[in-house]
Amino acid sequence: MLQNKKEIDLIINKYAGKKGFLIPLLQEVQDIERYLSKDVMRYVAEKTNTKLAEIYGVATFYSMFRLRPQGENIIRVCKGTACHVSGANSIASAVREYLNLSGDEDTTADGKFTVMEVACLGCCSLAPVIMINDDTHGKLTASSVTKLLAKYKK
Amino acid sequence: MDLKIKVGMASCGLAAGANDIYNAIKDYQKDSDIDISLEKTGCIGMCFAEPLIEIIADDKSATYGYLKEDKLKDIIENFAKGEPQKGNMILSNFADAEENETLASQTRIVLRNVGQINPISIDDYIERDGYKALEKAIKELSPSKVIAEIKESGLRGRGGAGFPTGLKWQFAATQFSNKKYIVCNADEGDPGAFMDRSVLEGDPHSIIEGMAIGAYAIGADEGYIYCRAEYPMAIKHLKIAIKQAEENNKLGNNILGTKFNFKLHIKEGAGAFVCGEETALMASIEGERGMPRIRPPFPAQSGLWGKPTNINNVETFANIAWIILNGAKEYNKYGTEKSRGTKVFALAGKIRNSGLIEVPMGIPLRDVIYKVGGGIKNNRPFKGVQLGGPSGGCLPESMLDTLVDYESINKTGAIMGSGGMVVMDDTTCMVDVARFFLNFTQNESCGKCTFCRVGTKRMLEILTRITEGKGVLEDIERLENLAENVAKGSLCGLGQTAPNPVLTTLKYFKEEYLSHIEDKKCVAGVCTNLLTYEINPDLCVGCTLCAKKCPVSCISGAVKQPHEIDQDQCIKCGACYAACKFGAITKS
Repeated sequence: MLQNKKEIDLIINKYAGKKGFLIPLLQEVQDIERYLSKDVMRYVAEKTNTKLAEIYGVATFYSMFRLRPQGENIIRVCKGTACHVSGANSIASAVREYLNLSGDEDTTADGKFTVMEVACLGCCSLAPVIMINDDTHGKLTASSVTKLLAKYKK
Repeated sequence: MDLKIKVGMASCGLAAGANDIYNAIKDYQKDSDIDISLEKTGCIGMCFAEPLIEIIADDKSATYGYLKEDKLKDIIENFAKGEPQKGNMILSNFADAEENETLASQTRIVLRNVGQINPISIDDYIERDGYKALEKAIKELSPSKVIAEIKESGLRGRGGAGFPTGLKWQFAATQFSNKKYIVCNADEGDPGAFMDRSVLEGDPHSIIEGMAIGAYAIGADEGYIYCRAEYPMAIKHLKIAIKQAEENNKLGNNILGTKFNFKLHIKEGAGAFVCGEETALMASIEGERGMPRIRPPFPAQSGLWGKPTNINNVETFANIAWIILNGAKEYNKYGTEKSRGTKVFALAGKIRNSGLIEVPMGIPLRDVIYKVGGGIKNNRPFKGVQLGGPSGGCLPESMLDTLVDYESINKTGAIMGSGGMVVMDDTTCMVDVARFFLNFTQNESCGKCTFCRVGTKRMLEILTRITEGKGVLEDIERLENLAENVAKGSLCGLGQTAPNPVLTTLKYFKEEYLSHIEDKKCVAGVCTNLLTYEINPDLCVGCTLCAKKCPVSCISGAVKQPHEIDQDQCIKCGACYAACKFGAITKS
């Protein structure tokens, strides 16, 4: 049984019969669910009369879709060219170290943070840059980034 | 005295703290006797000095940067007194400010309103001749006349490949169909590029106007802006602008009292670089996996939902209204014979004045970097400049006299690309840069073509082992072979150009590859596996800090005695190097 069935139904109805609906529909469902679970994808497939394989294909093709639960705060570490030459790697490892993430873990055990690496946030003049939720922070160093994260940890 | 203050509040300004500056001026405004009108604007362009404000009084204007809240009061009051202070002044129209030269070599057509107007005010846009070109086109010119004008202007697609825009429009216009689409590619995916973001955030109406003119010219009544979801502010501003345009009868039915109808939608991308390729982009709008397909049929013949479709990028559309309003002849005054007009570049990396610039085509690269860009940060030596993102290439000092036009840049092995220009100094390793781009394209390959899917993976593996000091001399030939085959065996631009960063670094920086392979050295000090950290016993005071910081406990030594690193255990993490307060640890 889906928890947010009502909201999901509303989204499905909104897009019913519209051409090219799948991606915006999944984006909105993910905004509510925070990720696309198997159950959600099955439900959307059934309701919209779309093949589950097609939904899974789209969900795995685009990097915005997540198949695993994600944390309350999303941290996007920019790995664009300007950030790369300005030390993005040390920022990324400082973030992961501060949040105690090891191996290929991307979400903290308490579900507070998810860390992703993105290709470019387009704030190259302020490299290295990270984005926490919708806010961009630039000209970071390994020590300033941990101070920044501390503010969100509260 | 009345003052007008504009605060640059595009994404980069906000990231640097423009919101605090805006609020501080707002607070100050309340208690001050000075009459201040405060406005938000887009990217002022000199991102290196964010947060920025521009103060205007009568005929004087000055831009102040590197702002902190506590500096504002003095800056505003001195300006109001008619004694503008020099501190923090970046640009001005009356005094010799530090960076005036950054504007001297620029010509602003695409960026004519960016950083000047409030982007979410249609009145601001209209006040600066906005929507006049649309009115002129649909009321005075026939569609074929519009196309003729764009053809004569010599405008070429600014997305990277440089296909003549007028010709593209003509293909779409000559198709017989009851339904046609026009699409704006705002999926600016090249890492190191932010031109389109700045235009979308700072002047969204110029895109809407350009698209409406295009739609009229080719006979489309519906359009899409495909914008990447990583640009939330761009999407927000576009949504507001579209609504305003609809309310003002610049979009919708019977536009400006004519028979022309045009409806515009926004589609958010979902994070796939390959969707910048036009056939993949259309598949994505249709709600499918964004995978490119064979052309022909070209989008002009069979595009979105099988209908004739014309796709141009943001910067191309931003040129249209200016050309229609001022005429192709006026546009022809800028640029070279084959590359007309201007080009917007995003200057980033190790350059002093990083930011958004627009220069006439045909200007030498050297002028872009040293005059407009102010040279290299911290006066370090220049090593290379990367043009055109993952599809482009790195050019060395010896190529800096290359002119910025499509043909000249293509000759070097790089490409004009969409306009990302990342400058590199002696602390950048060119093998690492090539590896970085291959990592990117390998990740972003959609997997359809074998050569792109597997070939980029193999190239990445080779580059990785070279940066780890495990490369062999034959690897260079293998890279060259793979590069040729990946380029030949790929369907779309992503695969065809993926080898460019490797080929250009091999061509211009081969000695760096050789020193990684033969001497196991990374001169830039970037490739960690090739570094050695050593403690200079003469400088070490035995504070033990490095030993405490070392994550693998490979530093030994008694208190107040010089310490030593066990090279066999060292993981080259650099923690000791960063921790040492006496400069006793060397990296080589």
